[in-house]
Amino acid sequence: MMKTQSNPLAGRRATWALLLVSMLAGLLLWEGVVRSSQLPAFILPAPGQVWARFLSALGDGSLGRHIWVTLQEVVLGLVSGSLFAAALGYLLARSPRLERMLAPYVVASQSVPIVAIAPLLIIWFGPGLFSKVLICALIVFFPVLINTVVGLQAVPQDLHDLMRSLRASRWQTFRLLELPAAMPVFLGGLRIGATLSVIGAVVGELVGADRGLGFLINLGRGGYDTALVFVAVFTLIALALTLYGLVLLLEARLLWWQRKSQTSEG
Amino acid sequence: MPSLTKPLLQASQLAVTFRDGRLELPVLDELSFSVQRGEFLCILGPSGSGKSTLLRVLGGLLPASRGGVHLGGQAVQGPPPGVGLVFQHANLMPWRTVQQNISLPLELAGEDLTAASQMLELVGLQGFEDSLPSQLSGGMAQRVAIARALVQDPQVLLMDEPFGSLDAITRERMEDELLRIWSTQRTTVILVTHDISEAVYLADRVLVLSPRPASIRLDLRVSLPRPRRQAQRYTPQFGALAAQLRAAIESPA
Ligand SMILES: Nc1ncnc2c1ncn2[C@@H]1O[C@H](COP(=O)(O)OP(=O)(O)OP(=O)(O)O)[C@@H](O)[C@H]1O
Ligand SMILES: [Mg+2]
Repeated sequence: MMKTQSNPLAGRRATWALLLVSMLAGLLLWEGVVRSSQLPAFILPAPGQVWARFLSALGDGSLGRHIWVTLQEVVLGLVSGSLFAAALGYLLARSPRLERMLAPYVVASQSVPIVAIAPLLIIWFGPGLFSKVLICALIVFFPVLINTVVGLQAVPQDLHDLMRSLRASRWQTFRLLELPAAMPVFLGGLRIGATLSVIGAVVGELVGADRGLGFLINLGRGGYDTALVFVAVFTLIALALTLYGLVLLLEARLLWWQRKSQTSEG
Repeated sequence: MPSLTKPLLQASQLAVTFRDGRLELPVLDELSFSVQRGEFLCILGPSGSGKSTLLRVLGGLLPASRGGVHLGGQAVQGPPPGVGLVFQHANLMPWRTVQQNISLPLELAGEDLTAASQMLELVGLQGFEDSLPSQLSGGMAQRVAIARALVQDPQVLLMDEPFGSLDAITRERMEDELLRIWSTQRTTVILVTHDISEAVYLADRVLVLSPRPASIRLDLRVSLPRPRRQAQRYTPQFGALAAQLRAAIESPA
């Protein structure tokens, strides 16, 4: 479902210039709408007001604290969810019988929207860090699991035969064949997981929390501090983009052999 | 005329039947033959006759339904040591450089990796040590695959249509290269092909398989002088042998 051939963020200068232009245009449009409509700031604050709110929240240290909370949830959830998914995916790919046994549960678990069970998880595990990490891990789990299974199943049979004829051990086959061969598809899953993990954290925090960027959104809404809501939303976007970029960097590091083979034009 | 030396490899009443639910597909039917140490054997058969299946059984990758294979007097159960495998396509690991692909067998066995450099030279790939498989031509990739199969100095080299995907010119060059390597390494080669001329050019002996389920139609000794030269293809002896093989392939069951 996802392949990693070209690197959407690793861009040429033109891409960045275009990005800058489109962001400037967006800001101008936003400012224009605010001026012409004369909406009150608690409905639509102007870019300048949001910026000022951002600086004040940053200045008093509150924004930093909330970012740190959300970041912890997102990263812990992403890492633990991916680890579990990769481990289970490996078992499923190796055992078709196990796959047939567990597939209904895995698919069923995906048809339950995370938003619907988030309140349950918070009732069961409290409003602290753990329940958020759990929500993130759950939402990350499925795409990483699927991509692990797909990646492992796509390892060519002839390379398996080669390893077998060379009398490779189970561990050697994993380390020297399955791991590198499944890595591109696995990382594609991780990329999706990274953005989903941010969504999981926010959902958890919106449902029940006293800290984090999701909580900040609730706080701003409750106090008609709409500029603060904007600050929280933009921070979340930046967080998701940063994580996504980190996975791309990881891909560039681990999949150098895919890139090298394509860059003959420089 | 039975040979006095014990054969290196012996297949006895080899049969393979694939089963898919209630469907049975007999692929190999009571194949018996032996291969002498140092011999170059070609196995010739139409597409789908079971040539790859036969090689997989000889290499211990697939258990026979009946009968068995002995290598150096030992019954083959699972991949034995001392067998080099060359697949129908190069089958390299795209994340490993040429050098790393060649040294894979050594790495797995925990052996010294220096032999890889010698193999690299033997197949004429100096200067491409650090290239990736995606940067190689088809012929170069197949040479890497051959070097990888030879790097542990195997007793037997099993080759499954190794030049099938190459153009005619590259193919002839690779055949000569294989013969040169074979004559320096003194290994035993079993090479599968569906190309009559290739079989005559390379082999000491050619086995012709019938269409599925495969049995041996003809066991033909090729006593053309060595070293072989491409020009030999146009000699009457060569033509006669090729004609014999063609007749065996085309004869109705
Ligand atoms: N694992 C398998 N399960 C079921 N059938 C198989 C399997 N492997 C091969 N076959 C069948 O066995 C027959 C022989 O296959 P094989 O690959 O050995 O032929 P081949 O002579 O190598 O053909 P080609 O020249 O096209 O490579 C084919 O009909 C194929 O469908
Ligand atoms: Mg074949």
